[in-house]
Amino acid sequence: MTLKGTSYLRRYWQLYALLILPVSYFIIFKYGPMYGIIIAFKDFNFFQGIGGSEWIGFDGFREVFAMPDFYKTLRNTFMLNFFDLLVSFPAPLILAIMLYELKFAWFKKLSQTILYIPHFISWVIIGGIVYQVFGTQSGMINNIVVSLGFEAIPFLTDKKDWLITYLAVGVWQSAGWGTIIYLAALTGINRELFEAAEVDGAGRMRKIWSITLPSLKPTIVTLLIINLGHMISIGFERPYIIGNTAVRDYSDVLSTFVYRMGIESGQYTLATVVGLFQAVVGLIFVLGANYASKKLADQSIL
Amino acid sequence: MREQQASRTFDVVNTTAIFLFVLLCLAPFIHIVAVSLSSARAIMSGEVSLIPVELNWNAYKQVFSDMSMMRSLGFTVMMTVLFTVMCMFMSITAAYPLAKTKLKGRKPVMFIIVITMFFSGGIIPEYMLVRNLGLLDSVWALVLPGLISPFYLIILITFFQNIPDSLEESAEIDGSSHFRTLVSIIIPLSLPVIATLSLFYAVGRWNGFTDTLMYITSPEMYPLQLKLYQLVQNNMVSELMQMEGATGQSMLQPESLKAASVIFATVPILIVYPWLQRYFVSGVMLGAVKG
Repeated sequence: MTLKGTSYLRRYWQLYALLILPVSYFIIFKYGPMYGIIIAFKDFNFFQGIGGSEWIGFDGFREVFAMPDFYKTLRNTFMLNFFDLLVSFPAPLILAIMLYELKFAWFKKLSQTILYIPHFISWVIIGGIVYQVFGTQSGMINNIVVSLGFEAIPFLTDKKDWLITYLAVGVWQSAGWGTIIYLAALTGINRELFEAAEVDGAGRMRKIWSITLPSLKPTIVTLLIINLGHMISIGFERPYIIGNTAVRDYSDVLSTFVYRMGIESGQYTLATVVGLFQAVVGLIFVLGANYASKKLADQSIL
Repeated sequence: MREQQASRTFDVVNTTAIFLFVLLCLAPFIHIVAVSLSSARAIMSGEVSLIPVELNWNAYKQVFSDMSMMRSLGFTVMMTVLFTVMCMFMSITAAYPLAKTKLKGRKPVMFIIVITMFFSGGIIPEYMLVRNLGLLDSVWALVLPGLISPFYLIILITFFQNIPDSLEESAEIDGSSHFRTLVSIIIPLSLPVIATLSLFYAVGRWNGFTDTLMYITSPEMYPLQLKLYQLVQNNMVSELMQMEGATGQSMLQPESLKAASVIFATVPILIVYPWLQRYFVSGVMLGAVKG
């Protein structure tokens, strides 16, 4: 038995050697921070370090759950994600169907090439662009609004108008890229279905409604469930960069709250508590979404 | 014939709408270019929308003569190359053994990798780790924590698994070691997917901002995104001051300079974009099949 083990190792040791660095990476940089989660249960300070700081049990959680800002950022996280779902979810679907219906191949290809670009632009750059486009004084849109004789719209400093800015930027950034998955699903449609429908006298809209959309249904359901599973997770960069102190009532979300409280104010215990809360609830959401997907669409999304 | 007419109307409306969407997608870029090439006076009086007014290149001259900007560009290029090379080294060395389904111990290793896709320590514990390792304010803080994306790793494993076993077996019969098989057979056959993943890693690193904000404090190590962010912040401050009725415009950077800086940081992405585009659809689809 030992001999077999030795000869197995002699033959395959190189494969295990290759795994040493990657596995060390995962242990240090992925599982290391998981150990750091115990900061949430300690009165953390730098002098005593993570191990030496005093245990406080759930006191940090009690303090966080008593903070009005916690509930505000939780609400904002759901609110921004919900509106984003309303606007940014249908946009790529509609765009994909429109692209699919285009007659000229070269025009379709060119349009796709251009519509995908915003996906590759960083949020910092988008932030710079947003200011130039939505700014109150010399922003492009307000230049037009003012020249038409209306009053400038404070897109960046009034929270309701800011919400529109936030959502519009989201659509601009993600709609084109989001079409890829739908267009891929559409290549699987049997062309004969369209011909048969034509024989039956179906118009273009009718064909979209009765053939194109139904064939996208599994993709739509799966993507919708994935999105619902991520309702509590929100990226840091988009709300942080596009948001500002004037619209904090809406732009302050869990991720920016954690950053502000932890890195900026040094309340590491409380910030870790919020991060842990978000990670655990996020995991429950994702598992729930996977369960729903298995039940509804008969496929696992994990 | 009525149907044909209706169908043609549909095509005209649809094509026009897509054309407008494409314009809408490009308009912000065109506007920024126009601002970067216009005079301060024209910008402030709101004359610039999509065409430069009082055309001049001063803003670009200023950006290119700004030493801190050029140093930031150099640092960002260095960091991105270092990161991408290390990412690919790590991903390939991880994917090759993990592609062998019969390898003993593969399952637990896959398990510890997949777990990290669904649960992470969060930003404060990550910050503490980087701090405790003494990486704060060094390029390693931006390189090491993100070396392997489990998602991309799975794409690579899947690709390796689709390479016919017979190729490897014949190499083995010829007495080739696993290392040699990897270098002389597997890698040359995987160049398209390696190129795709390298581009994704590189673009991700180039565009990354959160970790630069958390880990980098000395200005001489500001990557481009962080440097640019300060200009954006500057914008917000002036926007907020206007709201309170103050006129602080004069002490701020001219708009054209900000716009030129935005273009300056965008151009590298646009240069690699044609290559990105060539590969990403296949990359996304590979991921979608598995994910």
